[in-house]
Amino acid sequence: MANYINSGNKDTRSGFGAGLVEAGKQNMDVVALCADLNDSVKTGDFARAFPERFFQAGIAEANMMGVSAGLALSGKIPFAGTFAAFATGRVYDQVRQSIAYSNTNVKICASHAGITLGEDGATHQIMEDIGLMKMLPNMVVINPCDYNQTKAATLAIAKYVGPVYLRFGRPSVPNFTPEDQTFEIGKALKLIDGKDVSIFATGHLVWEALQAAEHLEADGISVEVINIHTIKPLDVEAVLTSVAKIRAVVTAEEHLRNGGLGDSIAQLLSLHQPTPMEMVAVDDKFGESGIPSELMNAYGLNAANVIEAVKKVLKRK
Amino acid sequence: MQDIAKLNTIAAQVRRDIVRMVSAVQSGHPGGSLGNADFMTALYFSVLEHDPKHFTIDGAGQDMFFLSIGHVSPVWYSVLARSGYFDVKELSTFRKIHSRLQGHPTTAEGLPGVRVASGSLGQGLSVACGAALAKRLNGDKHLVYSLHGDGELQEGQIWEAAMFAAGRKIDNLIATIDCNGKQIDGPVEEVMPEGDLEAKWKAFGWLTLYMNGNDMQDVLRGLAEAKSLTGKGKPVAILMKTEMGRGVDFMMGTHVWHGKAPNAEQTEKALAQLPVTELEDY
Repeated sequence: MANYINSGNKDTRSGFGAGLVEAGKQNMDVVALCADLNDSVKTGDFARAFPERFFQAGIAEANMMGVSAGLALSGKIPFAGTFAAFATGRVYDQVRQSIAYSNTNVKICASHAGITLGEDGATHQIMEDIGLMKMLPNMVVINPCDYNQTKAATLAIAKYVGPVYLRFGRPSVPNFTPEDQTFEIGKALKLIDGKDVSIFATGHLVWEALQAAEHLEADGISVEVINIHTIKPLDVEAVLTSVAKIRAVVTAEEHLRNGGLGDSIAQLLSLHQPTPMEMVAVDDKFGESGIPSELMNAYGLNAANVIEAVKKVLKRK
Repeated sequence: MQDIAKLNTIAAQVRRDIVRMVSAVQSGHPGGSLGNADFMTALYFSVLEHDPKHFTIDGAGQDMFFLSIGHVSPVWYSVLARSGYFDVKELSTFRKIHSRLQGHPTTAEGLPGVRVASGSLGQGLSVACGAALAKRLNGDKHLVYSLHGDGELQEGQIWEAAMFAAGRKIDNLIATIDCNGKQIDGPVEEVMPEGDLEAKWKAFGWLTLYMNGNDMQDVLRGLAEAKSLTGKGKPVAILMKTEMGRGVDFMMGTHVWHGKAPNAEQTEKALAQLPVTELEDY
């Protein structure tokens, strides 16, 4: 089994911040906006490096999305950053009309996604955002797993023409993907080959899935771990190929079960290849205050939960 | 610049187009469309520096216009067609299946002249701000215009954008507010009183002026004055008084024609008051 080494914990939002500065160096048309969260969302380094290409929107996210759409019309590539809760639910209609329907080249950069936002609690811990965004026609939805991948994804979306929702998080988490990776939108990455269960994981849960795979191997269970960094468009071929071979599925994500990655894969499989499936996700409830790791445990989003789901689905295979 | 008589003729034909378009499909918004016919005619035939035959989404080297009140699409489609963005015959497809002339304007069907979808109110000023910022970044001296409704000002996003435009010193932007005093549920004053709009825009840091949106001469004066106020470090707002339903006697003085199409008999009565011009019907 392939071994993945944590090169040191880092937050994915800083991967975004580093990628944004790099994208700004590569392309003069890259501009950034933020709604009074520069150092939380990590647009601050870009703002300091390219002040003439940064626009502080103040605490007015709806306007920020519209201004971004306007900038995009004239060939700019706006990266609009705020917390995931405010980048989706708060401004859904603006994103829907001025960005998705109008197909404007806006990159919605959503930090502090999911339960790992931590102590601020449920008002800020959005776990519906993937569902909200993936329902919008024209919208690409990306949820990278670590610092390196978030940086690579940021650079990749600067080159892609069209609306993108890029989701990342607040806490420091293992950084284990290659520093020099190229990021291909819509291309799933097989991290471990296996034969008993396919695990499709996204975001912070990819590392948990890798940890689970190690434990399961010791128990004689061989799992395939596939990193679905792009929820939409889903890499249909990668999913169906793995499932055709293995015929048992676990999905893992820091999101509600409704509307998340598991929901997308279940839809695909029910149409093309009905397969026993378990979902590691949050079941129709809001979060609460706590330390991120504590919350991941309390809401059933850790390696142990992935192991449990694998064992459960194996009984249904 | 075209003379006032010519512009009035165009506006008269635009009004006929509006009534015929909404009547043909028995849906759409004639009231605000008729009220804005003079302003939109002046803008597209006399004020905008634009090239209808070479429309580009990026609007580089041209003035740009954003219709924030997408429901008055009939007046926009008519001036777009009649100024050369597309064939006037296409006006007959308004609101029909597979038409580029959707009920509310969209870029999804590729209609020349439209740069962003509108319909859900309150979003156009933000988009106009972004386009104006892009012009500044690109060193493009052309202007960005937008049209709003007084009812639309009840949307909070308008005031976010108003604050942003002044705060970021966007001075290549002219936002016109159609003050017809009416909205779907009744007079603005009853549905949601808005107080002193001039004081509000001034307090947000805008330069303001008034004009009579149904007097071609005053529209030209107002737009020229607004243009002279650009480049002074502040955005410009025109508070434009219009009459909803202007040009059709039974559609004036009431809010009921905001989003209601005339029946056959009413259409005949309306068109009798809007005789065909030398520009001819589509």
